[in-house]
Amino acid sequence: MIADWQPSCSLELLQLRAAVLRTIRAYFYEQEVLEVETPILCQSIGTDPYLDFFSTDFAAKSYYLQTSPEFSMKRLLAAGMGSCYQITKSFRRGEAGRYHNPEFTILEWYRVGFDLSDLMDDVENLLCPLLRDTRFNGSVERCAYVDIFQKYTGLNPLQFSLPAYQAVAEEFNCSDAHQLCGEDPSLWLDFLFSLCVQNELGKKGVCMIYNYPACLPSLARLNKDNELLSERVEVFVNGIEMGNGYFELTDVVEQEKRFEREIELRKQNKSTAVNKDARFLAALNSGLPDCSGLAIGLDRLLMVLSDQNKIADVLAFSIENA
Amino acid sequence: MAIEGKMANYSTSEFKAGMKIMMDSDPCAIIENEFVKPGKGQAFNRVKIRNLKNGRVIERTFKSGESVEAADVIDLDMQYLYSDGEFYHFMDPESFEQYQADESAVADSKLWLKDQDMCILTLWNNAPISVTPPNFVELTVAETDPGLKGDTSGGGGKPATMETGAVIRVPLFVQIGELLKIDTRTAEYVSRAKS
Repeated sequence: MIADWQPSCSLELLQLRAAVLRTIRAYFYEQEVLEVETPILCQSIGTDPYLDFFSTDFAAKSYYLQTSPEFSMKRLLAAGMGSCYQITKSFRRGEAGRYHNPEFTILEWYRVGFDLSDLMDDVENLLCPLLRDTRFNGSVERCAYVDIFQKYTGLNPLQFSLPAYQAVAEEFNCSDAHQLCGEDPSLWLDFLFSLCVQNELGKKGVCMIYNYPACLPSLARLNKDNELLSERVEVFVNGIEMGNGYFELTDVVEQEKRFEREIELRKQNKSTAVNKDARFLAALNSGLPDCSGLAIGLDRLLMVLSDQNKIADVLAFSIENA
Repeated sequence: MAIEGKMANYSTSEFKAGMKIMMDSDPCAIIENEFVKPGKGQAFNRVKIRNLKNGRVIERTFKSGESVEAADVIDLDMQYLYSDGEFYHFMDPESFEQYQADESAVADSKLWLKDQDMCILTLWNNAPISVTPPNFVELTVAETDPGLKGDTSGGGGKPATMETGAVIRVPLFVQIGELLKIDTRTAEYVSRAKS
């Protein structure tokens, strides 16, 4: 048998990739946002209960391939770097499929002094010119999580009711839902969102869903007027999740609590144990400026721009023949 | 792969089309596997599965990272020998090992099985559970109305019963005793076969 040495994607798509990178760099240059590089191989890793990672060792220490450059970039922000962006490889173990490759390209940026609404303006200014010549040039929508969830499921995402949530899952022919989500409201929300809502988002353009329920905050701060909501936004185009952003949490005490909660959750799930990133916490403790940040999966953006339906179609070599 | 007498397991991260797994105590084949990771939450695998015993297609969702039991299912090229009325007999042309399949395993494939023809026998735990005929078979017409001689127009057509009992639509010019090439996937006449 001849080894499958040929690229996963057409050479034209690699040219498109180069052109998109050029456009993104030009945008941030014009906005005076600095391009930075941070290590892919670090001594710590995030505690996110649903992310698995690759690890190795060097000089008798464990090192981790980063699942995103977030902690390193926040250390730069705490050191006074100012608004910055980077385009880098990130790694998530076990994530492979139509929209996932375990190694992928991420565009991550932070804007000092921006709140969530400024960040959404930024996303619009960056993405709309890129989408101009595609069939997704139609619209930019912004919708609160509570409203969009209610619209497609009839449920209130801030008020968990097992029977009501289960009934909706069954309406969508998914009777496995209870077995999968148990009685964990945040699992149910993510599950129903992906089953009932996500496919409908961004059919004609960019759709941003903001103010996620506070049980799904990740590294976002909570809304100052409503503690049930978090300052988190997700970006969708053509039903595909493009990115995730926050008005960043700067409170080190709250951050440490979330780490501990997630470490506990990882233990319950029997996931690989991780430690709190002490350098990241020390950076927060010294003071992270008020800022908002967002990460976009560049390979997925390329999928949308070139109308391809699987991630391997835009990669030089996917995990299958890397 | 037998490990200490137990079947191997597949993790959801290994799922791909064609993989054979056990589901509700039946052997199944994965048709489609979609990895879904909503936001920052728990990842799922939404999988379309065909039950290899009854052909039914179902959809199931797994938590990513879960394992399922692998099904000991293999497809073998076999020669069909004969039917004794109760069982259908097949032989591996290389090892000469013989297998017998019952009516439920052979199902509608019996309409395309002619003595000595090759087919694919699917074995689960070494017992036949289904038979797949070749895409094209050559069968003799056992019965059909005499059509108009010399009519070669494509229109119309008539039913013909083949030597195996299959009934297909054939052009009017086809006569009893002729050998025809047939597409078993669509049960359609392809052409006259050169005998």
